[in-house]
Amino acid sequence: MNRRTRSLLPTPLLSLLLLVVWLLLVNSVAIGHLLLGGFLAILIPWLTYPFWDMQPGVKKPWKLLRFFFRVIGDIVVANLQVAWIIINPWRRTRPHFVEYPLMLEERFTITLLASTITLTPGTVSANLRMDGKTLLIHALDVRDEQTLIRTIRERYEQPLKEIFEC
Amino acid sequence: MFYVILEGLISVLLIAGGLFAFIGSLGMAHLRDFYMRLHGPTKATTLGMGCILSGSMVYFSATQEGTHLQEMLITLFLFITAPVSAHMLAKTGLHQRLKYLDKTRGKPLEFREEEVGDKPVPHPDRD
Repeated sequence: MNRRTRSLLPTPLLSLLLLVVWLLLVNSVAIGHLLLGGFLAILIPWLTYPFWDMQPGVKKPWKLLRFFFRVIGDIVVANLQVAWIIINPWRRTRPHFVEYPLMLEERFTITLLASTITLTPGTVSANLRMDGKTLLIHALDVRDEQTLIRTIRERYEQPLKEIFEC
Repeated sequence: MFYVILEGLISVLLIAGGLFAFIGSLGMAHLRDFYMRLHGPTKATTLGMGCILSGSMVYFSATQEGTHLQEMLITLFLFITAPVSAHMLAKTGLHQRLKYLDKTRGKPLEFREEEVGDKPVPHPDRD
């Protein structure tokens, strides 16, 4: 138990997310639902906070928003690419296992990065080795390993590091 | 006129969604090894679901009172769970030492013979 347990809003972002999810679930913004959702959004993090690892705070919300939209765009592009690879009858795939050296250290941000990698550019994160600090990635069609690593580093890992850890 | 455009938009979203979901499933039947097959359901199907749910959102917002945003929740949960399940599947595949295509480059540590002593488990698929 550390002293942050006592604070009323230990995780403001999680509370906000819970409130939004609650309002979407009941599908209304009536004052009663706002109150009840707000109450739950404060109560649940307050009760469960001692069980959790420390979550890194968001340092730059604006960059988080930009990162979010970039990922959405990349998901669409990656989907089109994968769909094309699947239906193209003359396809020549170049599958590749890539070991990606991680710069991130927090568990939460690594989870975010691994999820992003799975959702986006023709890659699936396969195994995280906590000791060696590498992430094993299976990619569907890679021309050059180093390019892939550089792309992931510049597009996803660098922003995540700036947003959460810096 | 407005409704005609809206109807067109909904149709396009639904058809695109169905198409992507189908292609994702096709990839699962069609690609050559376990790890490649993982790519179909994690990507194409996610976008397919996104399209269908957006269509549903537009349709119900247009035809009924108020806006309907619950579909956003389904999308949110899907985006959270799909990568996790894919990761777990890939990890299980590595653990079971499933075969992968010979032309796959990069040899993961998990497969090196000298690291793990026992024989690779042959996987039920044809070569």
